[in-house]
Amino acid sequence: MTLDLSGKQYAGVDYDEKERLFEEVKKDFRFEQYLYGCYECGICVAACPSARFYDFSPRKIAQSVAREDVDLFYVFLNDSVWDCSQCFSCDVCPRKNSPGGLITLMREVAVNNGLASAQEALEGYGRVVYKIMATGTQVAPDMLQANAFPDWGPHVKDIAENLEAWRRALPPETMHTTEASWQVDEKTITELYLIWHMTGVMDMIKEVDEGLFMILQDVMEEKLEDAGYDVSFD
Amino acid sequence: MIPHAAILNKAKDRKFEADPDQAPTEDYHDIVNQLEKEGEWEVHRVPEPYVEVKNKYGRTKKIPVEQTWHHKSCGQCGHIPGYSTSIFWINRKLGLDYHDPTDQTSCTAWNYYASATSNAAAQAAVAMRNFAAAHETGYYPIIHCATSFGHYKETRQQLIHHPELRRQVRAILAKLGKKLIMPEEIVHYSEWVHAVRDRIAERQVHDMSGIRATVHPACHYHKLIGEDAVYAPEVYGAQRSAIITSTLQALGIEVGDYSTWADCCGFGFRHILVSRDFSRSFAVQRKIEVMKEEVDPDILITHDTGCVTTLDQSQFAAKAHDRNVGLAVMSDSQLCALAMGAHPYKVLQLHWHSTDSRPFLEKLGVDHQKAFAEFEQAVEELKSGKKEYMTWEDADG
Repeated sequence: MTLDLSGKQYAGVDYDEKERLFEEVKKDFRFEQYLYGCYECGICVAACPSARFYDFSPRKIAQSVAREDVDLFYVFLNDSVWDCSQCFSCDVCPRKNSPGGLITLMREVAVNNGLASAQEALEGYGRVVYKIMATGTQVAPDMLQANAFPDWGPHVKDIAENLEAWRRALPPETMHTTEASWQVDEKTITELYLIWHMTGVMDMIKEVDEGLFMILQDVMEEKLEDAGYDVSFD
Repeated sequence: MIPHAAILNKAKDRKFEADPDQAPTEDYHDIVNQLEKEGEWEVHRVPEPYVEVKNKYGRTKKIPVEQTWHHKSCGQCGHIPGYSTSIFWINRKLGLDYHDPTDQTSCTAWNYYASATSNAAAQAAVAMRNFAAAHETGYYPIIHCATSFGHYKETRQQLIHHPELRRQVRAILAKLGKKLIMPEEIVHYSEWVHAVRDRIAERQVHDMSGIRATVHPACHYHKLIGEDAVYAPEVYGAQRSAIITSTLQALGIEVGDYSTWADCCGFGFRHILVSRDFSRSFAVQRKIEVMKEEVDPDILITHDTGCVTTLDQSQFAAKAHDRNVGLAVMSDSQLCALAMGAHPYKVLQLHWHSTDSRPFLEKLGVDHQKAFAEFEQAVEELKSGKKEYMTWEDADG
């Protein structure tokens, strides 16, 4: 799909709002290490996997920010940043920019502000966020279901049908789990929840997926209470 | 007239000598140590014995041989479990002391790069909690996943340069009853494999001299904070990262070069889960088909959660479109374990893979039918209640 860079689709959004979001990206402490300028050489585009299959350009994103083109920035913030592969192949930049890093910051701002485009990009992703935040491991064995990965081949069905036994057929004692990738101590999980609490990550979840937030809130507050912590994520 | 031949010959003769004094980036060792002197954190030293290797700009990097704390990968343990199992199996066969912790979380970076539902402080706190947990055991962290490795290097960079972030993370860890501990080196397991590759080769039981392989290096290993990746003059004249290729060469394997070596695999973090049409297209068209057309290898060896997943799982659907696919994919740890005689299903756990590795096993003279029957019998014993778990001894039985 061709990316509309005219900005017409966001003509109804106040310039001040676009500028507020732009300034939020700029004030991140990592910003100064991610953008020094741009030679417009396009080396980042040549190295970029997403640029080969999407109308996506790390060069244009870096340039829009470097030139402080707030309208164009807003187009990329909504319609482009989620195409990035976050592989950091673009770190090959001779100007020492990190367009991928810049996109990380833009995505964070999109999530923090609950942009509709961010919510749409993360549709279908809630279970993954739940796993990583609640269990401390992301791609749990029980996520391998044939209906979720039909394109991976028939072995996925075999894994799902034999999961419990095949996990016990792993020699490392820590890996007999099915709901998490390995056995994680209760104390470790408690510490992870405290990190989420102290760094405001749950506030970000609330912005993009209120239902997921409520589920995680129940799970985390109960476990923290059992561990002797009086913590509220509200 | 332009003297093409003379110019090309001169280029071939030219040698690049990595000179740390000419490096375009700072030496993290100096700053990490300086911050320790200033009381900002404690440095977890690499335990002896260690192997000294060179990173991109010729700086020395210490790789611990044993007393390693294995920072596991959620994707590897979750759906490529033979990957991690092989790393542990090699340690055991080499008689090396290691620790497989339960006081460890994922780095959470797969999710961060996919969804951005986190922030720099949270990511740094997760990293430093794991490092503190490793330090408490006396074992040294060794990172299984290239994304964890890359992200932790990125985190180190941020902590080095931003005192406010250090203060914030130090305060978080204090509330958890932990100190701020920075490892002297952030070490990827493939660097460990590279460091002990001669010991692995000494125990090789399968002749691999007739094998041709291609290598895919993980982007987050050699592109993210790229100066801290291992390079060696004997591998592509130190113009590409050495890990995996050096190991395959030590095992006698011919490593074939191909024109998209430096390309990503197409994993994409969020794409592999919710936009797999992109991951599949990229993996097949930019990696698998190029390798098959230019090298026609027996096996593709890579070394990361995302890369093994994408390159292995993306080929099945491409068959329906008559694409030139059908290349078995393994991690370097699985290949090394196989070379040393590990069981293909009890240790390498190849039944979790999508691609067909049986032709490769046949070329090595491994009876995969017998091996799978042995695995199935072991699973029957688990299902019938005769045994509760498969032990390390069972895996060698």
